[in-house]
Amino acid sequence: MSAVAHYIEEEGVPTTGISLVRENTLAMRPPRALWVSFELGRPFGAPHDTGLQGRTLRAALALLERTDGPVILEDFGEDAPPSAPEEMEGLACPVPLPRPPVDATSDPVAAVAAEMAVLAPWYELAVTGRGGSTVGLCGLNMPAALAFLGTLLAGDAAPPAQGLSLAQTVRFATEDLRNWYLEAASARPGGSAAPRALADWFWGETAAGRLILRLHPVCAASPDRALRALARGALVPRTQQHRI
Amino acid sequence: MVRLLDLPEVERRHLLSKACVPLPGEPFVTGRPLRERRVAIVTTAGLHRRDQPAFQIADTGYRVLPGEVAGRDLVMSHTSVNFDRTGFQQDSNVVFPIDRLRELEAEGAIGSIAAYHYALMGALWEPPEIEATARAIAGFLKQDQVDAALLVPV
Repeated sequence: MSAVAHYIEEEGVPTTGISLVRENTLAMRPPRALWVSFELGRPFGAPHDTGLQGRTLRAALALLERTDGPVILEDFGEDAPPSAPEEMEGLACPVPLPRPPVDATSDPVAAVAAEMAVLAPWYELAVTGRGGSTVGLCGLNMPAALAFLGTLLAGDAAPPAQGLSLAQTVRFATEDLRNWYLEAASARPGGSAAPRALADWFWGETAAGRLILRLHPVCAASPDRALRALARGALVPRTQQHRI
Repeated sequence: MVRLLDLPEVERRHLLSKACVPLPGEPFVTGRPLRERRVAIVTTAGLHRRDQPAFQIADTGYRVLPGEVAGRDLVMSHTSVNFDRTGFQQDSNVVFPIDRLRELEAEGAIGSIAAYHYALMGALWEPPEIEATARAIAGFLKQDQVDAALLVPV
């Protein structure tokens, strides 16, 4: 981000921006940056908090009127509010899920499908609320994406989605599965949980998370170099890799 | 929150391991009052419309987001799995604050909003690898009379 700002400013266009990691921005020295203490993935604070988003935006843009450059790094004075009661109470399970009616070890695909049947009304509500969904990167519908991942997990030849390589299909199908669950979880009663609680829930308590965790060694041992690269950095978050 | 001390150790170590070498020179361009400026968003969140190509690993390309784009029409194909997506899923303004920008335009706090915004995917490239794309975007911004680029990481 800092490098992009540097090059654009060098071409004559004034820039300002958000800094999420103060230490790195301090080292990179872009022309203007507003450091915020928000979660990675939330540069304007919190969803639907229009006041906080607006104040953050105003503060970042206000740096454009400063003349005390060539390097301005300002700290934004607000933290994001707690996401939900779970964050304050330290609970880690934002969505109660009944035990799947099938054995997740012997039939991981059926276990995910059973969970999705429970969560489907909340996903539909999330789509209605947003006016759309972030799911759909791999071009397969969810049952087809799930079947693809199950085939791969079983060690069988899994045909990739149209126009995508095998690794791209794995990446986008797992991302779609994760996004589907998290969109559903965010629409449940009680509002949105803290991002880390949702991540712990997905990776630690759902059959979908377990399926992707079980896919990791399959990809890591694949003769396909792109699949091995995917396993190294784009399948399971660093903070969840202890579950593999 | 992203005070480093609050992050899990594995994440803190990763963020601090990044080589953050400042680029040569210290460009600093001043301009008109904010209320007269034309503002564009340049995001590195890997955003695009569903009908645009997804970002690939180490992708140094860019996607054009029309000024009238609705946040609900955006998807995210950033290659990193290490940041929260749920904020964006609930409200795209938490990553791409287009509605807040339109409010500032309506109240006259900024002059206007650009005809186009730009999205990159901010991972797995080094600064020299993104230089050509960034300079090309700067050229398009200037053609659009933009004199305020808001750079937003994720």
